[in-house]
Amino acid sequence: MRSTLLAAGAALILAAAPAAAQQKSVKIGFVSTFSGPVASIGNDMRNAFELALDHMGRKMGGLPVEVVYEDDTLKPEVGKQKSEKLVESDKVDFVAGFIWSNVVYASYKPIVDAKTFLIIANAGETRLAGENCSPFIFSTSWTNDQNPIAVADYMNAKGVKSVYLIGPNYAAGKENLGGFKSAYKGKVLGEDYTTWPSQLDFSAELAKAKAAKPDAVYMFYPGAAGVQFLNQYAQAGLKDAIPLYTTFSIDSLSLPRQKDAAVGVISALQWTADFPNDANKKFVADFKTKYKSEPSFYAAQSYDAAMLIGSAVNAVKGNLADKATVQKALEKADFKSVRGDFKFGPNHYPTQNFYMQHVVKEGDTYTQKTLATAEKNVPNPHAAQCHMK
Amino acid sequence: MTLFIEQCLNGLQFGLLLFLLAAGLTLVFGIMDLVNLAHGSLYMLGAYFAATFAAWTGSFVLGAVLAIAGTLVVGMVVEVIAMRRLYGRDHLDHVLGTFGLILFFDELVRLVWGPGGKSLAVPSWLAHSIQILPGIQYPAYRLAIIVVTLAVAAFLYVLVMRTRIGMLIRAGASNREMVGALGVNIKLLYTLIFGLGAALAGLAGLIQAPILTVQIGMGENILILAFVITVIGGIGSIRGAFVAALLVGFIDTLGRSFFPELLVNLLGRQAGATAAPALSSMLIYILMAAVLVVKPQGLFPAGSR
Repeated sequence: MRSTLLAAGAALILAAAPAAAQQKSVKIGFVSTFSGPVASIGNDMRNAFELALDHMGRKMGGLPVEVVYEDDTLKPEVGKQKSEKLVESDKVDFVAGFIWSNVVYASYKPIVDAKTFLIIANAGETRLAGENCSPFIFSTSWTNDQNPIAVADYMNAKGVKSVYLIGPNYAAGKENLGGFKSAYKGKVLGEDYTTWPSQLDFSAELAKAKAAKPDAVYMFYPGAAGVQFLNQYAQAGLKDAIPLYTTFSIDSLSLPRQKDAAVGVISALQWTADFPNDANKKFVADFKTKYKSEPSFYAAQSYDAAMLIGSAVNAVKGNLADKATVQKALEKADFKSVRGDFKFGPNHYPTQNFYMQHVVKEGDTYTQKTLATAEKNVPNPHAAQCHMK
Repeated sequence: MTLFIEQCLNGLQFGLLLFLLAAGLTLVFGIMDLVNLAHGSLYMLGAYFAATFAAWTGSFVLGAVLAIAGTLVVGMVVEVIAMRRLYGRDHLDHVLGTFGLILFFDELVRLVWGPGGKSLAVPSWLAHSIQILPGIQYPAYRLAIIVVTLAVAAFLYVLVMRTRIGMLIRAGASNREMVGALGVNIKLLYTLIFGLGAALAGLAGLIQAPILTVQIGMGENILILAFVITVIGGIGSIRGAFVAALLVGFIDTLGRSFFPELLVNLLGRQAGATAAPALSSMLIYILMAAVLVVKPQGLFPAGSR
């Protein structure tokens, strides 16, 4: 009698369980930089990711969500180790995050080989959008050359005749300045690549830029280096003499330390905090309430990454075993992006608008405001090199 | 030509700044035979102190003075609490112990000031450029750095060469045991020297603060250069540190500004542009290797006459 009862109970439990019985939770690994000088970027990304989970009720497809955060310490080899750990011992279903191009390029292989989805929330390594693209790689950001191309087009339209380029000597720096040069129609009077990430004094490069007498300077220095560059640019007396254009060097994390040095500097991004769409208003307002700070573009992209994962897990009702259907669900990008309309191109990189921003001072606060729409519905330029297997 | 003069000024300024760091390092290394990796942490503390005190007092100069006093005190406390346990031990123990201090200070700063870093503005009376020669505008703040660091170098020269303490310091660098045997209070001397080194590092940190940002780990990259200077100049020699710091400052700055063009002309556009950034950042290490081949003890070895 007792055993039949037990058996009946067991059968009931089995019957009650949904199709996704084998899946107890959704596991996501998140790799970013949480220590050292740029820890503030990693923390901002984590905050936004957590906020997105809050907005989804901390559940995806009816399953609880578990996130394992790992610190890449800004080093490619550490990022690779942490990624291997995430797919091999934590057995995560998704890996998200990544600020740095060189780190993600060292780390993507173990993730993709383990047939785990990689959702890049910032790093814009072009090879992952082109020849090394994969059905398992998605991006909620851009490739390194896209934003500089938007800036170059804007400068072409404004009739800026000559420019001097300064950037860091690593993968993203070369792709960024390379992208700029590919679209810029004026004369490039010189370009300097500085040791990354150790060189923080740009006096020699700034003196050269000044001597070259360009109509404008274009630079790319993410994180704290952007603060140093802008301060030194102002101290060298160049701020009022030569207009400065940039990408990814001014954000809500660095702006409180850049202050007046950043006012008037023009850059290009796919998102700014002042976008009026509902998803963005909710994101910005709740982010400010929860963390008492302004979200950066890193945060916006991480929020979208979480929402993208959530949309796919919901679509397959938590059944993550069938990778092909998960991939299809991710490709649909059925979520409300904070940048407005969002859709993926054939290489899983967004087709999106780029906007110009400039920094304005209102009272005692400094904010980035949308200045103009630079380009609409830009497909990722590396899609043609991508042959997905 | 104006570009060359401006780059020379940049090199001079950078070299003098490195001297402040290297002077403290070489004193501690030469006299106490202590490898202090945590020197960069004192540099970082100087910057954080200056940012905080300048915000409290509203005056850059007052903030700077308080910051120097602050790092002096921190340096002496660290010497009494931690460094005394390390004297006479193996260099590996020094490296381990002082590396631990780096982690300690990084975490301490994170707890006290948060992970975001601070900023210190250039004082308004220095936030402009000065015309030093026809056609050459140079930032007033960087000129002020040159003046202040030269004054500090002169002060150190007088202190080491003309005073009783300086005599003991020089004697300590040549033969530590003998100084102790002659009845000098070597413990107090060590505490003073370590404090002096810390104050110099703090001064370097606060001077750099308005140019760079004040952030955790800011001392680690520049510390490598300071060690290179110590080795080139001869361990324990202030004069050696001064000459080597200027050499490194000039070579690094001029290398970064003119070496790429030179390479492009020699190797052609493509190869030159690829090799230049890597090679120009290697120049100072090539210099170090060359000096060590010719003079293994450095340019001005402290022990010899």
